[in-house]
Amino acid sequence: MEHADRLPAAARPPSRLGDLAGRKWFWPVVALGLILLVDAFVSRGFFSIGIVQGRLYGSLIDVLYRGTPIALVALGMAVVIGTKGIDLSVGAVVAIVGAVMTYLIHQDMAAPWVLILTLATGALCGLWNGLLVAVLDIQPIIATLILMVTGRGIALMIDAGLIVTFRSDFFSAISTGQVFTVPSRILVCAGTFVLLWLFLRRTSLGLFVESVGGNAAAADLAGIDARLVKIGAYMLSGLCSGLAGVLICGDIRGSDSNNAGLFIELDAILAVVIGGGSLAGGRFYLGFTVIGVLIIQTLTTSILYSGVPPEYNMIVKGVVVLIVLLLGSRRFRDRVFGVFRRGAA
Amino acid sequence: MHSSKWVGAWATGAAMMFAASAASATTVGFAQTGHESDWRTAFSASMQAAAKEAGIEMKFSDADQKPENQVKAVHDFIAQKVDAIVIAPIVETGWDQVIKEAGEAKIPVFIVDRDVKVADRSPIVARVAADFHLEGKLAGAWLAQASKGNCNVVELQGTVGSSPAILRKKGFEEVISLFPGMKIVKSQSGDFTTTGGKEVMESFIKATDGLKGICAVWAHNDNMQLGAIQAMKEAGLKPGKDILMVSVDGVPDIFKAMVAGEANASVELRSGIGKEIFDVIKGYLGGKHDYPAWVVIASDLHTQADAQHMIDWWASQKKGG
Repeated sequence: MEHADRLPAAARPPSRLGDLAGRKWFWPVVALGLILLVDAFVSRGFFSIGIVQGRLYGSLIDVLYRGTPIALVALGMAVVIGTKGIDLSVGAVVAIVGAVMTYLIHQDMAAPWVLILTLATGALCGLWNGLLVAVLDIQPIIATLILMVTGRGIALMIDAGLIVTFRSDFFSAISTGQVFTVPSRILVCAGTFVLLWLFLRRTSLGLFVESVGGNAAAADLAGIDARLVKIGAYMLSGLCSGLAGVLICGDIRGSDSNNAGLFIELDAILAVVIGGGSLAGGRFYLGFTVIGVLIIQTLTTSILYSGVPPEYNMIVKGVVVLIVLLLGSRRFRDRVFGVFRRGAA
Repeated sequence: MHSSKWVGAWATGAAMMFAASAASATTVGFAQTGHESDWRTAFSASMQAAAKEAGIEMKFSDADQKPENQVKAVHDFIAQKVDAIVIAPIVETGWDQVIKEAGEAKIPVFIVDRDVKVADRSPIVARVAADFHLEGKLAGAWLAQASKGNCNVVELQGTVGSSPAILRKKGFEEVISLFPGMKIVKSQSGDFTTTGGKEVMESFIKATDGLKGICAVWAHNDNMQLGAIQAMKEAGLKPGKDILMVSVDGVPDIFKAMVAGEANASVELRSGIGKEIFDVIKGYLGGKHDYPAWVVIASDLHTQADAQHMIDWWASQKKGG
């Protein structure tokens, strides 16, 4: 199936547009372009960018800024989905990590240590998921549901049920600071992306992930330790969620266990799917996942900017996502555009 | 001698009666939700204090946010034949059976804070609680005064469809509609969270070119307002100085923001309401039976003038609790 898009050009209509339309990145990019086009007509000033308080400033910057936690979570999610898994616990991990981070800050621990222990907590959560899935062979959706449900409880326990705030220059700098006018969290996210890409695509690890997701038994025969790969994938997801948690809590300088990262798993899964990932496993695309995140966040920011009454937020979002997914569906395109083509001929 | 013996017997009888009445001092069972927030803890402390002051013995049950614990606690109160039951419900539903049983045991029930949904409300004497609608009106009234009736407002709504969001918005709009110079120019939901308030505010700032022509931010709760304050500061604006900031709840952090000059007013969802509640209970047990179904607890509005006082008050509550 996944090779359908890599067919020789002769198998497809010989137009250049058709050639372009067959590419994986084409439709997500078109969707993103369409949303921005609507913004250009509806929302005056959406594209203006300036520098305020020594930092890049504008709605497009907001898209990148607000999109970073989702992007981090979605990158980890993409790898997990690549192994034919899913991680529903990412939002809960964000909450746990935020609570641990806040707790450690209040213990007057040195900030770099707090960061290391906090990220380790995220990886530990991932290890738990990974053991349930890979060793005990529990279905991923159930295995990660356990932590999704209990995780916020754990976080609330650490916070003693309160919204605990903190002051930390270190974490404010990571989350809300800037480096040469660029918000630092964007750099954090870009750095993570590059590392992941090098790690997965410049080595065979990415292929291992896809082969485990595509056909675990075959991968096993080929000498790939499917268990290890799966555990690694969930740990990576936990680590990414941990980093997202650091940004989210650093943003409001507090740990709000009831709400931190709430429903972020849905945005992350959606981003992976819009980016061409298949929930059936066997393939993942880091770059397209980021485009998926950009689509979702551009949509959210546009809705907030445009003045749509909040009652309609969800409807607008749902309809646009539907259109994006329809555009991405080969069968839908063939049906609809096929009709036009026949009509023209 | 005969008469002195009679007097002695009378005195003994009176003493016995007095002892009997002391032994059956009024007992009230209070089924509290849990201790999930600073507000809740302060509320419980205020109930304890008010019971003590009224000379009423209060049996306190902390349900730890579990509705089933709460129902069990009320069952226990009925078995112990308390004189009245106070419930601060965790959820609105699931109360029919136990409240009916309280009615059959002729124990009056008082609902505080959130409401219950039951088919038969007859065992319930009254709900004693604050009024979201009134909170909105109070915020609107403060802003009308502070802006002299001329103000373009941006609004951070609570969770769409939730009753505090609907009623606070309605109350606020009712008041500002009295002033032709006041209107809400932007309104979005920040879901009652700090992150939500911050993200929405970032968009408002861009959509209005740095809040040009905007005179106030009205948030349905303090947490969203605290997020909005951060967003404004990061955009180089001066909340509390260039823009009036009014919200609801009265959490400690908003008072700190007021002391720093970054927030202006917050309508307090009062936690020290034990006295109001016990006044109603005592009144009812003393024979006053004409309470309205909802006894509204007045809301307070706090400004920078008394913010430091409120911070001290919260600190003292924390020590006490």
